[in-house]
Amino acid sequence: MKLVFDKGSPGRTGSSLPKMDVPDESRIPQSLRRSTKAELPEASELDVIRHFLLLSRKNFGLDTHFYPLGSCTMKYNPKFHERIAALPGFTLLHPLLPQLRRGGALTQGALEVIYETERLLSNLLGFKQFTMQPLAGAHGELTGVMLIAAHHKAAGETGRKVMLIPDSAHGTNPASAAVAGFETKEIPTDEKGNTDITALKASLDNSVAGIMLTCPNTLGLYDQNTREACNLVHEAGGLAYCDGANLNAIIGRVRPGDLGFDVMHINLHKTFSSPHGGGGPGAGPVGVADKLVPYLPISRVAKRSDGTYALEYNHDNTIGYIAPFYGNFSIILRTYAYLLTLGREGIPRISENAVLSANYVRQKLKNHFDDASRERTCMHECVFSAARQARNNVHAIDIAKALIEKGIHPPTIYFPLIVKEALMIEPTETESRETLDHFIEAMIEIAELAEENPEKFKSFPSTTPVGRLDETAAARNLDIANLAGQQ
Amino acid sequence: MKKYTQDHEWVEIEGDIATVGITEHAAEELGDLTFVELPEKGLDVIVGDKLAMVESVKAASDVYAPISGTVKESNRELEDAPGLINSAAEQEGWICKIENFDVVEIEDLMTANQYTEFLAKGK
Repeated sequence: MKLVFDKGSPGRTGSSLPKMDVPDESRIPQSLRRSTKAELPEASELDVIRHFLLLSRKNFGLDTHFYPLGSCTMKYNPKFHERIAALPGFTLLHPLLPQLRRGGALTQGALEVIYETERLLSNLLGFKQFTMQPLAGAHGELTGVMLIAAHHKAAGETGRKVMLIPDSAHGTNPASAAVAGFETKEIPTDEKGNTDITALKASLDNSVAGIMLTCPNTLGLYDQNTREACNLVHEAGGLAYCDGANLNAIIGRVRPGDLGFDVMHINLHKTFSSPHGGGGPGAGPVGVADKLVPYLPISRVAKRSDGTYALEYNHDNTIGYIAPFYGNFSIILRTYAYLLTLGREGIPRISENAVLSANYVRQKLKNHFDDASRERTCMHECVFSAARQARNNVHAIDIAKALIEKGIHPPTIYFPLIVKEALMIEPTETESRETLDHFIEAMIEIAELAEENPEKFKSFPSTTPVGRLDETAAARNLDIANLAGQQ
Repeated sequence: MKKYTQDHEWVEIEGDIATVGITEHAAEELGDLTFVELPEKGLDVIVGDKLAMVESVKAASDVYAPISGTVKESNRELEDAPGLINSAAEQEGWICKIENFDVVEIEDLMTANQYTEFLAKGK
């Protein structure tokens, strides 16, 4: 498809402006003016409309296709929440308004949304307080481990430099810990798919700052050693961090704060119905137990005794600012709408149906692909290995391409790293039985094709605007400006 | 003498130089490599230290030092041609050369035959 720059013709414009009838005596100094003409597309309004509409029809997204991308919780976001978030009373608020004199009175609704969302999440997940500031999941992780660092520093325990991370945790955990200045140490997974307690015990000493558990873990399993792991780390003087990216599996069923976690991040764009993918915006709020409250980032929203809300900045032990303003406010707003829509009765049904869907898919496919769930009931996602198909030279990537050929977004592949040829399938609670059956049928056909005609896979996908992309060349010869295309 | 680690590095000693890389098996598992982060000349490492990092279309993975010593030189050709590791992981795809080592350190590592057995067991 042509770029918009290659459409239209020289001199063509979208609208005809009248001749300028004031003298061009701009006070902008010559040094600040552009010396060459801006290279803009020269196209009519209709050229542009057709260009973008055709592009949008090539889009492959959640609103058009099933999207079982494991670990990403690509569930449908009800449009009602989008409507709430688009209300002009919210969208037209200036972020500096609450800091202006008497501005607070004009922003009570927005401040209440942040305050109430914090309160609802704290109750739902068993924490003392939440900060809504972090702008993404990994940003939440970094904030969380910085809170752990602040806690140890305040206690004078500066020797606690090691963060323990199971090999079934999300890959961002060691990265976040390293960015915060910790050394990371990997803890293996036992044969049941839980944190290896013997290995954990052997790693505990006074250099340990904490442990980062992904709950449920990346095998799609609930770690049966969660409580024990938290207790052991506490006894050794460390803190327990919960990566809540997989919260969709347990929401409304168990409160991570009750399991012994001191700090947790959650992904609003995964679990709480806000747009996901395409670069965000995301939100990764962090909940903390009592002992970490003093270190939470500023600003914080407080409720005064007269029932009004205000921003607070005076907290002596805070880790300070981690983001501009108050987090991704419109994402927080969608979350608030989602929580109130579902309510106390509706929220547990998220995890109930998410887990049911994943287990349905797993049971239907387990004779066709190698099951990596270690003979256990999986949670919100099921992990298979394409090792059987790989013997016929059909790898996880080929299965992914075959699914695209059939109009289905592929599952996550090659993750978790501890499963060879991993296929990580997360159907989510918002898909119907018919959609799941359609997916299952497609996967069984693919498994059969891998036996009968493995060569066929190399031609997939052929039904898409572009065929099989050369990922290696794309990574080795990165060309985001399309320089090769223009030559 | 050439030995192999459980983390899929190989180390070959010729005279005063120990050449280090990742095994053909590791290269195959990673798939097409897109980037290699090489150690700086003069870097002192001890066994198990992070020596290099390899990145493929599938994953990024650390390469650990199989032997203690000082990095004498790195294979600069990998900067422009990381695919050398895919085509010849245990020849032209070497990662770095180490000097000032003690050969005793690698006595307990696996021989080629033992490594092949180790891989077979893992499957």
